[in-house]
Amino acid sequence: MIEVRDLTKRFGKVTAVDNISFDIGTGESVALWGKNGAGKTTALRCLLGVVPYEGLVRLGDFDTSRQGKAARRMLGFVPQEISFHDSLSVEETLYFYSRLKKTTAYAEHAVALLEQLGLVAHVQKKVGDLSGGMKQRLALVIALMADPPVIILDEPTANLDVTAREGFLALLMTLKQEGKTLVFSSHRLEEVAALADRVLVIESGQLIADCKPAELGDYTESLTMLKLHFSNDEWVLPALETLSGHGYSVSKNGTGIWVQVVPLEKAKPISLLASAGIPVDDFQID
Amino acid sequence: MVDMSNILTLTQKELNDARRNRWFLLYTLAFAGLTLALAWLALSGIGAGGLAGFGRTGASLINLVLLIVPLMGLTLGALSLAGEREQGTLLYLLTQPIAQSELLLGKYLGLALAMLVTIVLGFGLSGLLIAWQGGSTQSGDFLALVLMAFALALASLSLGFLISAASRKSATAVGLALFLWLLLVFFGDLGLMGTAIVLRLDIGRLFTLALINPLQIFKMAAILVIRGNLEVLGPAGVYAVRTYGDKLLPMLLALLTVWTVLPLALAYWIFRKKGAL
Repeated sequence: MIEVRDLTKRFGKVTAVDNISFDIGTGESVALWGKNGAGKTTALRCLLGVVPYEGLVRLGDFDTSRQGKAARRMLGFVPQEISFHDSLSVEETLYFYSRLKKTTAYAEHAVALLEQLGLVAHVQKKVGDLSGGMKQRLALVIALMADPPVIILDEPTANLDVTAREGFLALLMTLKQEGKTLVFSSHRLEEVAALADRVLVIESGQLIADCKPAELGDYTESLTMLKLHFSNDEWVLPALETLSGHGYSVSKNGTGIWVQVVPLEKAKPISLLASAGIPVDDFQID
Repeated sequence: MVDMSNILTLTQKELNDARRNRWFLLYTLAFAGLTLALAWLALSGIGAGGLAGFGRTGASLINLVLLIVPLMGLTLGALSLAGEREQGTLLYLLTQPIAQSELLLGKYLGLALAMLVTIVLGFGLSGLLIAWQGGSTQSGDFLALVLMAFALALASLSLGFLISAASRKSATAVGLALFLWLLLVFFGDLGLMGTAIVLRLDIGRLFTLALINPLQIFKMAAILVIRGNLEVLGPAGVYAVRTYGDKLLPMLLALLTVWTVLPLALAYWIFRKKGAL
């Protein structure tokens, strides 16, 4: 279903994806695993054909660099950072994307998905008024509305609370059982263990392992992911700058940030931010 | 193969966005208000409409168009791709089964139609005022002016899209657009005169230099339509009419078309190279 050969993506002098090759069969569920900045998202963007790259990526019979439009008819995509046109309502958004996908927003399975994901009550709301979790669910509905055989997800449960995460994972399991091919990036062990048939371990843009989820422990450092929540968006950037200035691996995530920490020093980032006058409202540990 | 239904979907969306865009509404109100005011002043100056009505107002409107229309086209065009890129919506749009060419054309056509509404509204209101005052004998020339203003809008929009395709941030794109607008307006008259004096250019070279600026091309074409000659532009204008005769107007319109097509083609090339990022 998916063939990748010698995939390389450079941004100036930086090689974000370095000569990786792999195949994904029909109905397989494959996770891209790695630290923040490893190249997972860039690799997914190359699969989607939305950035120029070197090498070959084929989705079915289509080369995504030359037949990107035809290739993207076969897939649905759920990004990590959801960006919709905030001034449109949920219904208008569904209608707009259904026209681009040559399907109807009112197809039976699309309506069923809206109900299953609890979005029916919100169809008249402006997308800008939805929470991060609801936007993620809306993105999943849009990804599935044309019933594509391949679903690509970038950190699919990143913006979801525990309950929503479980529901979302259950839905992805159903899609997998229906025979959909899933390709997703994740840094959550339990997510990979539950969903993936195989794991592609990516480090510094290189594919260092292609293994079963049970073998993943051989390739992971004992790092913990800490998610910090702020009351206000305006604290996110200063927090990112403060922590990256102290050598932490950080990334933005909605109104919060992810920080990789050594297990015995989980409180240190919060302490650093407090010293810098940046208030942390809440945190969760992965 | 370009899918017209995708282009139509994107054009409709862009039109709806323009309707909700406060900057666009501001431009429309400003242009409509100023064209109406200019028309009223021009009519007050001659006391009545009639033969001089449209012609005199058209001449005043040329200067207004030279300022407002390129400003509108450049800034709206500059925000088109860069704004979506910054918000992240461009990346998500490109993950749908559409081609980059369809996205570019859909956005361009949507904004072009929105600008057409602004131009027609502005000129339409002043046209109605003049007709009401009793003069409509140069209405054909007035209509030609509206179409040429739209041609200038398309050229400005194309330049805006070129800036947008090359810019990561909307603030950078708008800054560059404003700088280009100042450059084009400055090199309209003062810059050309200064350059001619400093470099001691002959009339032919001065005229050729003027053709590099789409605002000058529009100005010459518009004056030629309203007055039938370019004497008001001085020796360079006289030279142009004597050298090119009947071919002058088609040549100017062809050059304006080049200023529309070439920047848009370059914008597409850059957009393909950069992708969604």
